[in-house]
Amino acid sequence: MIAGTADALPLLAEFPFESQYVRSIVRVSLHVSLVAVALSTLASLPIAMVVGFAEFPGKRLVTATINAGMGFPSVVVGLLVLFAVSNQGPLGGLNLVFTKEAMIISQFVLATPPITGISLAAVTSVDDAVRDAARALGGTRLDVALVVVKEARYGIATAVLAGFGRAISEVGSVLIVGGNIAGADGVSKTRTLTTAIQLEARQGRYDTAMVLGALLLLLVLAVNAAVVRLGDGGTLR
Amino acid sequence: MSIQRREFLTALGGGTVAALAGCTAFGKGGDDSGAGVAGETLTLTTTTSTYDTGLLDELNAPFQDRYGVAVDAVAQGTGAALETARAGDADVVMVHARSLEDEFIREGYGVNRRDLMFNDFVVVGPEDDPAGIDGSESATEAFAAIADSEALFVSRGDNSGTHTKELLIWEEAGVESGGDWYQETGQGMGQVLNVANQQDGYTLSDRGTYLSQRSESDLVIHVQGPIEGGPELLANPYGIIAVNPAVHDDVNYDLAMAYIGYVTSPEGQRRIEEYTANGEQLFYPEALSEDPDFQQYVPEGWRSDDTEE
Repeated sequence: MIAGTADALPLLAEFPFESQYVRSIVRVSLHVSLVAVALSTLASLPIAMVVGFAEFPGKRLVTATINAGMGFPSVVVGLLVLFAVSNQGPLGGLNLVFTKEAMIISQFVLATPPITGISLAAVTSVDDAVRDAARALGGTRLDVALVVVKEARYGIATAVLAGFGRAISEVGSVLIVGGNIAGADGVSKTRTLTTAIQLEARQGRYDTAMVLGALLLLLVLAVNAAVVRLGDGGTLR
Repeated sequence: MSIQRREFLTALGGGTVAALAGCTAFGKGGDDSGAGVAGETLTLTTTTSTYDTGLLDELNAPFQDRYGVAVDAVAQGTGAALETARAGDADVVMVHARSLEDEFIREGYGVNRRDLMFNDFVVVGPEDDPAGIDGSESATEAFAAIADSEALFVSRGDNSGTHTKELLIWEEAGVESGGDWYQETGQGMGQVLNVANQQDGYTLSDRGTYLSQRSESDLVIHVQGPIEGGPELLANPYGIIAVNPAVHDDVNYDLAMAYIGYVTSPEGQRRIEEYTANGEQLFYPEALSEDPDFQQYVPEGWRSDDTEE
């Protein structure tokens, strides 16, 4: 295995960026995870604001549910989504099984609890004085919300990154609902970096698996760096 | 239990499906000016052996080019491949466990089964052969020796065609497999070979996967299959079956039959015959015959003079 690691390093330098197969896998991985995380973020932020600032009965229960959802096992999500989108399931008529859309659904389900939970912690930790000031200046509810989001942007960026990390590195559910499909011409349809690594390891092609693993790591680091830059508003602090 | 689940989901989804089926059918029928199948997708569920050996890509690329269609191949293992087809999520299945295939056809889910190709199983294990099975006359004898010496045996344990065959051999050997020496991994053939290789265990493998991975492994063949003159019990025939469009009306039956026609044609059979890995032939075509076996189309046991093979 150690010799294998050394062998993989030159491979990493030349092989993956030229190969149509690897490029299509990276594209599918990013497409599925980014779309899912974007949708999750759109759904999560309003929930975090409402749960964070409104007082209603059962608030503790809702918070507990969100937190529990962060640990929801991904293969169970995959199984439930499979039942839903299978031809026999309630969404069967949409023909979603073994498609990217089905993978996005399961990633959305997986990414939403961490994004909501961490955003919730971020917005509730914004100093009350900020909200009071915004309201005192005659801001509407939306204005107040925007001010809070702006104040909590680092926490929210962390939340989105946590969701992205969960989505892109997840293998169980995308394997079940996506089917790990690549065409005979070597173009991925529903094969992601994680499911491709699983396939390569299953076939004993550890060096290819390691190259894909390194790419996955690079991708996660790159997206983290990009989000941190965005969180800084493009300025160096 | 799975049947209850299906009925429940059917009831739940019936309305949606009916509503949307109308739209889909309308869309498809919209252009009938001699349009072909280009742009359509055939979903094929299959075993890990056809996929991991690379045969499938070799077969599918020319088919995709010819008709301009996509073949979505999902590698699952025979049991799961048939289960996916039962749910109507596949159009055609390529598998290798006749008993499970027959059940699938008898239940009405599969039609037009064809014999496709065969290879065989081999019993592989560490070179120093701790159970002393090398040169066994039969697979059952070898399995009995492995059980007696309690040498490690790594099982697929995944309801695949290979696993089905393995259980049959244990049964014929009269061994209740179990205990510390018997480990189920629940994974594909390639992974099981890796595990057996790492732990110096024996396993039952299809010859194709073993050969395609031999360069990565120290395992050697201890009991040959029929291709090298071994016992008939280790034969490994593959069949291909279309999913019954009368049960699942949104399967792509026409494309499934085009695919079955292609893989069982002289061209498809030639590609199977010519496919090699590490210089060795992995699969042997079986669809073309001077003396066709009509038993291939129906579950075994239909013929009154049918005798046990």
